[in-house]
Amino acid sequence: MSEEMTGAQSLIKSLEAAGTETIFGIPGGAILPAYDPLMDSSIRHILVRHEQGAGHAAQGYASATGRVGVCMATSGPGATNLVTPIADAHMDSVPMVAVTGQVGASMIGTDAFQEADIRGITMPITKHNFLVTDPADIPRTVAEAFHIASTGRPGPVLVDVAKSALQADTTFEWPAELHLPGYRPVTRPHAKQIREATRLILESRRPVLYVGGGVIRAAASKELASLAALTGMPVVTTLMARGAFPDSHPQHLGMPGMHGTVAAVAGLQRSDLIISLGARFDDRVTGNLDSFAPGAKVIHADIDPAEIGKNRHADVPIVGDVREVLLDLVKALQTESDAGHTGDFEAWVEFLAGVKATYPLGYDKPADGTLSPQYVIERLGALSGPDTIYTAGVGQHQMWAAHYVGYEKPRTWINSGGLGTMGFAVPGAMGAKVGCPDQTVWAIDGDGCFQMTNQELATCAINDIPIKVAVINNESLGMVRQWQTLFYNERYSNTDLHSKRIPDFVKLADAYGCVGLACEKPEDVDATIEKAMGINDVPVVVDFRVHRDAMVWPMVAAGTSNDEIKYARDLAPQFDEDDV
Amino acid sequence: MSKHTLSVLVEDKPGVLARIAALFSRRAFNIESLAVGPTEHPDVSRMTIVVDVEGTPLEQVTKQLNKLVEVIKIVELDPTMSVNRELVMVKVAATVETRSQVLDAVQLFRAKVIDVAPDAVTIQITGNSGKIADFLAVLAPFGIRELVQSGQVAIGRGSRSISERSLRPVTVPVPQATA
Repeated sequence: MSEEMTGAQSLIKSLEAAGTETIFGIPGGAILPAYDPLMDSSIRHILVRHEQGAGHAAQGYASATGRVGVCMATSGPGATNLVTPIADAHMDSVPMVAVTGQVGASMIGTDAFQEADIRGITMPITKHNFLVTDPADIPRTVAEAFHIASTGRPGPVLVDVAKSALQADTTFEWPAELHLPGYRPVTRPHAKQIREATRLILESRRPVLYVGGGVIRAAASKELASLAALTGMPVVTTLMARGAFPDSHPQHLGMPGMHGTVAAVAGLQRSDLIISLGARFDDRVTGNLDSFAPGAKVIHADIDPAEIGKNRHADVPIVGDVREVLLDLVKALQTESDAGHTGDFEAWVEFLAGVKATYPLGYDKPADGTLSPQYVIERLGALSGPDTIYTAGVGQHQMWAAHYVGYEKPRTWINSGGLGTMGFAVPGAMGAKVGCPDQTVWAIDGDGCFQMTNQELATCAINDIPIKVAVINNESLGMVRQWQTLFYNERYSNTDLHSKRIPDFVKLADAYGCVGLACEKPEDVDATIEKAMGINDVPVVVDFRVHRDAMVWPMVAAGTSNDEIKYARDLAPQFDEDDV
Repeated sequence: MSKHTLSVLVEDKPGVLARIAALFSRRAFNIESLAVGPTEHPDVSRMTIVVDVEGTPLEQVTKQLNKLVEVIKIVELDPTMSVNRELVMVKVAATVETRSQVLDAVQLFRAKVIDVAPDAVTIQITGNSGKIADFLAVLAPFGIRELVQSGQVAIGRGSRSISERSLRPVTVPVPQATA
């Protein structure tokens, strides 16, 4: 079934055929032809206020739903404004397709108005990208883009389409099959590796399941729960994997890494076997690599072979979809268990339970009665509950949100982990709310982050996307300030934002057609959150005016060993070396 | 540090060379030599890349290269199980007094004169990098005016082909919208 139409019509029809329901974008010269047929399309286009917002919204949409997020922009500055979200999606393996207009084919390379070589610019930050100059290539390219973005290790794919191709007459024909000889992701794990992994697990005495974002992308939480239940092994979930395993579960040690819990960090450090599931031994998890988990063997399961052995040698490499890996491991371990072979982890589990009880997450409430940021986030999690989707920006509030909300379900925690993009929270929440309109979506944001992307409140208010924003306002670039406190002799160079004075976040919310609330006393926190929870027709912004000296603990200073963890300033946990 | 020769089969599409070169530069690997050309299959190009690296990082680069959608296959050629050649064209000063000595060297190395001028000859030589280096050392005293060298190309010995299995057509069905 081929039909005559323009390239622009073909592009929109292709996006429809690929299953696109929503596009976040902004029109402009080169992409303009595509916006005309978009008016008649089944696709909902959400007009954002900045292309970066479109990109992060597509990421939020994709992370919340598991479907491919789509954003659209024009050539030149429109496309370069997408660079940050594309790089972010690349680092965090978010399935996303970015469609950009390009100047006409005959103008490419002439420094034409609004020309940027966006394909060249995004080569190192996309899973793949395309420049389309022949309109006949549009359907196949779009089909390939969606296939590549959503299969294997997910990631962003950019499709740059020349204006001349959009304007030309062409034939639309949706391909029946794709021919990608160089793209064959391995999803089925090798049986020999599963046997080897099973043997190592049963031989180990101090194993830890090191769970990464791959478990969420692969929708493998149920299978992870089975493995944990079958073996009793302790679990840590990285920043990208919060929610992959319930925080309330007794086997859960929390988040590992630079700001990880003492139990999670100590658990990995002292383990004799790390079972890495869709994680990548990021420097924020391992600290100094040479001293990371020195006594541990490693089973490394990942769909991306390049992650295996990249940072840490893998004794048993397993390439495959982590869901299939987990299914196979459960099956193999169940067979062993039926034959009477189970692991002996009792002493280990008991030791870690002791560490968890001795060094729980905690914070000191300020003596002057001002508001603790951790308390605000703790109450938010308690009152809004585990079905709410929480997004965050980057910095102190992000770490507190990772620790104190309490996650029970996958896809309820969405943040910028790898790239660490400040300003992710509001547009990310917007995308998540569009993808999951029946769920409450809270953006937990910092006052620094919030001022980078809050123009999308207008988009939310106008397009009936009632997100809720908790601005954790400590009137500073808090994480940077914390480092200045700890490592720069309290010389606070350029971290004071004065955000309790300028701008007035309540008025700003009001100006954007949102409800603005403010809260600065601990006793008002619950009532304020409940008030915000009661408003579901427009977005709500709450200015939580917290005290500015709160710090994120525990902490492993950058570049040092994870053995150097401090659970509060100058306080290191004491372990009896004979404990394990 | 050691030299490795990679044969990379890629789809013949615009931008492939840029992607591959960028990957090497990002990992701070020096490409010592690079040759690109067509193969026995019309849609497939072959790159021969010579890099000077340690063993472990090469594995990482190979894996990263494999992630590129347009890269079909990568094979590291074992120097004992493969043959490799480079081509050099060199313009050497050759006066009436020195010309016969230059031509002797050409004979000895089984090179070929491809252009002659009153005070210079241009010589073409093919061979492996060792032979070429030796030849250039012999020519150096006469005065090398200009030199151009191709990247190394290499192929495995025996009857097997690296492209046989990897170029089997693989197709993926595309989900069709249910209208």
